[in-house]
Amino acid sequence: MPWPASVLAAVAVVFFALPLVGLLWRAPWGDAVGVLRTPAVAAALRLSLVCSAWSTALSLLFGVPLAWVLARVQFVGRGLVRALCTLSMVLPPVVGGVALFAALGRRGIVGQWLDAWFGLRLPFSTAGVVVAQTFVAMPFLVLTVESALRQHDRRVEDAARTLGAGGWYTFRRVTLPAVRPAVLAGAVLAWARALGEFGATITFAGNFPGRTQTLPLATYLALESDPSEAIVLSLLLIGVSFAVLVGLRDRWLGGADVLGRR
Amino acid sequence: MALRAGWYGLSLEISARVALGSLVLDVAVSVRSGELVAVLGPNGAGKTSLLRAAAGLLPIDAGRIALDGVVLDDPAAGVFVPAEARSIGVVFQDYLLFPNLSVLENVAFGLRARGVARYAARATATAWLERVGLDAYAGRRPRQLSGGQQQRVALARALAPEPRLLLLDEPFAALDVATRTELRRELRRTLEGFDGVRLLITHDPLDAAAVADRVIVLEGGRVTQQGTLAEVTAHPRSRYVAELVGVNLLHGRLARGVLTLAGGGQVITADTEVDEGAAFAVIRPQAVSLHASQPHGSPRNCWPLTVLELDRHGDRVRVRLGEAVPLTAEITTAALAELALQPGDEVWATAKATEVVAYPE
Repeated sequence: MPWPASVLAAVAVVFFALPLVGLLWRAPWGDAVGVLRTPAVAAALRLSLVCSAWSTALSLLFGVPLAWVLARVQFVGRGLVRALCTLSMVLPPVVGGVALFAALGRRGIVGQWLDAWFGLRLPFSTAGVVVAQTFVAMPFLVLTVESALRQHDRRVEDAARTLGAGGWYTFRRVTLPAVRPAVLAGAVLAWARALGEFGATITFAGNFPGRTQTLPLATYLALESDPSEAIVLSLLLIGVSFAVLVGLRDRWLGGADVLGRR
Repeated sequence: MALRAGWYGLSLEISARVALGSLVLDVAVSVRSGELVAVLGPNGAGKTSLLRAAAGLLPIDAGRIALDGVVLDDPAAGVFVPAEARSIGVVFQDYLLFPNLSVLENVAFGLRARGVARYAARATATAWLERVGLDAYAGRRPRQLSGGQQQRVALARALAPEPRLLLLDEPFAALDVATRTELRRELRRTLEGFDGVRLLITHDPLDAAAVADRVIVLEGGRVTQQGTLAEVTAHPRSRYVAELVGVNLLHGRLARGVLTLAGGGQVITADTEVDEGAAFAVIRPQAVSLHASQPHGSPRNCWPLTVLELDRHGDRVRVRLGEAVPLTAEITTAALAELALQPGDEVWATAKATEVVAYPE
């Protein structure tokens, strides 16, 4: 390997490692457990786990069928639909939050009817957190599953059909098991994204402790009042993300090529 | 059996037209109950498409497909029975076993999909695995089996729901030569108890010879020949079959024992009984002799030809000759050394009239 490349690569590694080292350096190790036990932090942690679980479940419920449609159904404007459904991956999350507000806010195009008919007000509610998280997290699942469906040999489904299996039976017993590693990987990625979601959440759902204040929001706020608490929370989030990456690598993945591996 | 076949007539009737990109599949094929017919043809002849049409995986553009008198596909009448509603079993070229299911669940799949209870389906599947000698592997995953074992699982999976039509797509293509010979014998044995219609797709005449009652030759989307393998190979009607058999095939007009080719060359045959008109003639490459100068003597066929290509096979050399009469001659390497032939050389080729077998088109 030519030495300039080695040096540049080393600089990049240091660049990624340094913030972590800084956090570990400044961490108030003696207080860590105490910080996590404060009611505000515990509430934020609980809310984060509940909301991210919900948004992962919703991503699975709607994302897997969406991936199937994008991979298998030929229709005009498919590329456009795919772009639309994955736009939130590249959008600044704040913009996503503003857009959700315009759609589902009390004056929003759909929100006003939700309020009038069902008394349902998503903004500044826990459900709003779930909506914001799902909005940014689902594309990760959709793209992962769609790619796996495209790689899957459709003739195996033909084989199932010649054995008398209808569409749903084939999907359930042949297609879905074949892409299960990708579904799991996509769900984990979506969950991690939901857990770390900040911009869309604070814009659409606000920052109410116990109701909409998730862990990233609490971390941001803590930086103003108590930096050492922010550091502990940051380490917690890093720990979770790191566990996700390591877990994806070895445990569930099998052959799916998330993160660029076979 | 014979009575039943006579009563029901032909069990599988396909007369279909399907446009497949540049190729148009346009065939009429009939297979009786209990018969095993091999569809033989080169790659890209439309064999697999014919199988997919019969299976219901490829709707036809025009024509009709019927099984046991029940119409499965008839676009003019608006009838199309999808694959999952046909009584078929398919052994695919690369088997396409379900990788996430055990061997037993693979074999039980067709029964489960058709609503048979789990316990009953497993019992039937176990019986089938015993029949193909793989009951010890019931709990394994397909990828843990050898190619030959996978083929037997695929066969058991296709037969377990007791289909009326069994379709086999190049079932031996993915196997090594030794396994292939063994499995051909085994397939024949497994299929003995099956009285439905059996259609085997292959590019290998050895498969056809080993298992088929009858051969249909498919080339360029059309049936060019059919009959028993002996009939087909005795009287080739296409370059493809001639090359399979390894003989020279000539086509032209026959009059008074002389076949005149399109290029003007003339070939004398001793077959004087054949009707005059368009006809084929075959000559074995071993029956063609080569000479540096015009020979004197008995051969009635003597053509000055050009050497196009030399192809060595051990101590034999196949010499492809051209222009007036396109022929391949097979000579020994010693004879080649004596003639010192190079592509482009002129050479005299002779063949006895008794070696020229002619038959009408």
